[in-house]
Amino acid sequence: MKALAARRHHRFAPVVLLLLALLVTGGVYAVLAPSSAKAETASTADIETGKKLFQANCATCHGPNAEGTSEAPSLVGVGAAAVDFQVSTGRMPMQMNGPQAAAKPPQMDEEQTAALAAYVASLGAGPAIPTDEQVDPALGDSANGLELFRTNCAMCHNAVGAGGALSEGKHAPSLRDTSPRNIYQAMLTGPQSMPVFNDANITPEDKRDIIAYLEDQKQGSAGGFELGGIGPVAEGLWAWIVGIGLLIAGSVWIGAKSS
Amino acid sequence: MSTTTASKRPAAPTTRAGKAADYLDQRTSIGVAVKEFARKIFPDHWSFMLGEIALFSFVVLLITGVFIALFFQPSMALVTYHGNGPEQLQGQLMSVAFASTVDLSFEVRGGLLMRQIHHWSALVFMASIVVHMMRVFFTGAFRKPRELNWLVGCLLMILGLLAGFSGYSLPDDVLSGNGLRIADGVVKSIPVIGSYLSYFIFGGEFPGEHIIARLFTVHILLIPALLLALIGLHLFLMVLHKHTQYPGGGRTDKNVVGYPMFPVYIAKMGGNFFLVFAVLALMGGTMSINNIWNYGPYDPSPVSAGAQPDWYMLFLEGSLRLMPGFAEFVTWGDYTVSLNVLIPAVVVPGILFTFLFVYPFVEAKVTGDHREHHVLDRPRNVPVRTALGVAFLTEFIILAVAGSNDLLALFFDMSLNSITWVLRVLFFVGPVFAFWVTKRICLGLQRKDREMVLHGHESGRIVRFANGEYIEVHTPLSDEERWLRVNYEAHRPLEIAPATDGRGVKRRGYKSDRRWQRLSRFFFEDRVEPVTPAELAAAHSHGEHDELAAAPAAAPAVTAGGSRRAR
Repeated sequence: MKALAARRHHRFAPVVLLLLALLVTGGVYAVLAPSSAKAETASTADIETGKKLFQANCATCHGPNAEGTSEAPSLVGVGAAAVDFQVSTGRMPMQMNGPQAAAKPPQMDEEQTAALAAYVASLGAGPAIPTDEQVDPALGDSANGLELFRTNCAMCHNAVGAGGALSEGKHAPSLRDTSPRNIYQAMLTGPQSMPVFNDANITPEDKRDIIAYLEDQKQGSAGGFELGGIGPVAEGLWAWIVGIGLLIAGSVWIGAKSS
Repeated sequence: MSTTTASKRPAAPTTRAGKAADYLDQRTSIGVAVKEFARKIFPDHWSFMLGEIALFSFVVLLITGVFIALFFQPSMALVTYHGNGPEQLQGQLMSVAFASTVDLSFEVRGGLLMRQIHHWSALVFMASIVVHMMRVFFTGAFRKPRELNWLVGCLLMILGLLAGFSGYSLPDDVLSGNGLRIADGVVKSIPVIGSYLSYFIFGGEFPGEHIIARLFTVHILLIPALLLALIGLHLFLMVLHKHTQYPGGGRTDKNVVGYPMFPVYIAKMGGNFFLVFAVLALMGGTMSINNIWNYGPYDPSPVSAGAQPDWYMLFLEGSLRLMPGFAEFVTWGDYTVSLNVLIPAVVVPGILFTFLFVYPFVEAKVTGDHREHHVLDRPRNVPVRTALGVAFLTEFIILAVAGSNDLLALFFDMSLNSITWVLRVLFFVGPVFAFWVTKRICLGLQRKDREMVLHGHESGRIVRFANGEYIEVHTPLSDEERWLRVNYEAHRPLEIAPATDGRGVKRRGYKSDRRWQRLSRFFFEDRVEPVTPAELAAAHSHGEHDELAAAPAAAPAVTAGGSRRAR
């Protein structure tokens, strides 16, 4: 303690104290922060259940019969694919108003999602949920996928699907953790700011090729750590932090090695 | 402090190395140069090694660059790719340049490692140049006699930028093609000659079939040759001028206090070289950089989100992103003047680089100081210089941030439009604010130095007198500490000759003198004078009274100057 007391006027003492205070605050927050609650409810998957779920969770904005209101669009004819995409990624039911509906942990489980999709699909014909074969990356050609992706998708989603910014706080999300089924559905239904890429525009085989390309990107880079896959800005940041950081530390060390 | 060798003529060498050295010396008299150089004294400070980092990363660039050049083919001929590269490239139509880069990465043993070390070295090379320039600028090491070496350094930095740009354009992937397209647009925005210049550079309309081969020559022959020559000149001038040293006891403009080149700095420099190589190899070995196979071969149509240049060109990208589009107009005769490109991509960098080039000469003029300086300034002791440097860096960083505005928007969930508007305002306000804050901090630190010199360190020991009064005991500074804080020069604004001579005739050059005087006032109006011996003596006697009787009185006024400014 005596050694500690002697150093309490050291000029780095405030810095050390500040760091300790930050550490403690952060640690206490991490322990005490509320974790998100998980609700588990079971239900049967049929149109009637779907309708009930819809009226309980969606009708406020989309209208009692999904005919749409001034707040939200009509869901007649959007098809099961759109519902499955929006609900299984947690975008719907929407958490709050914002530039765009944010993805969050899904509120509905698989059965409920299927029930909602079945209900909405019963209102009018629309794109159906793709089959497993349609979205199987193993059957796709990633070379064709690269060409299609960079021509149609990369300008918003980044060359490797790391995501990109759009205007006014909207953004094209990262596709790193998006399931092949959701990628297919997004192309098919064009959620939010995304354009629709229908089957005449990008054929189902081409869509599968794109999925294959994106799946390839999950294997990482041959060169080592990917640094987020967002290109030169991240690389520059690392050059400064790791490169110049280590080298200046080294210079200080060599300089301090008294001769 | 220097090592001494035996002064008497040594006997004939007996060892093998000795015989070889003697053989060489008898034929070249190299011993004289070696002796001179081995005894050369360098001052000791870690910040003097920042330039070495740049030099050594350049050496690494040369070594890895030679390896890469053995395999890279600078051709824009088209091939269909079938090779060991990633699945996503199989069967793609691409240029030979792109294909050979992919082959270098996936078929040549160690090729990807060399490519990555080369690219990381380029980033670190530019970063260390910037850090080195910061050290030189903020310590005033560019003052006479080193102004010319500062210019050589600025040229080296610009050549580094060009080397980097020509280098990352070579693989002919989508990202580098986007960069070339911007360069093409910038060239075309130059009035009258722009379109001709673009045709000249690309051998026709962009992208043409020549640019890769031309950039290859520029990148591996022209720029490295210039860089090597200028680095030689830079180092030669450094040796000629002798190295600057930080202020301190016994250090003057007439000596160099430090250690000899041999054996001390040879060891330190050698160690530093291996350290630089190690860090760069570590980065190249573990961190992927410029994965061109993700961007795919160049095609003028796609541009991906997050398309940015390497960090040292980011300020240019940011400048372009901040500029509103309205400045483009069409003149008589149907010519388009693209001020929306010309201003951010030519005028703004032009102003920034001009500042760097002319600053040493402007400062020499406003100080009216023509003496040689070998002892460095502490940044706080020249507040306006330090503040200008920080303002410059602030502008550079604001522009670089603007160049990454989409990534900021994405990762921090902000609106791209708001970021851009905030940065547009900051572009003008940021440097001014940074200037003001830095200047105030410098003046504050100087005042603190004065306070310390006059009253000593706060000891934290509180003494209570019999009459109930408390004082804190101050311990006086050591001679070393005091020397550091009083031994500087507070320049005063220029004095100029009157407007008319003795007979009332207007003096030529008065107006120009007057302008320089105004600039000089901007530099030196606010200043903190160093403590004079008289003040110190007064403070000490005052301090003794202190111990005996009253509490310390208020410190004497610490700012001098500003007397002629009308307030």
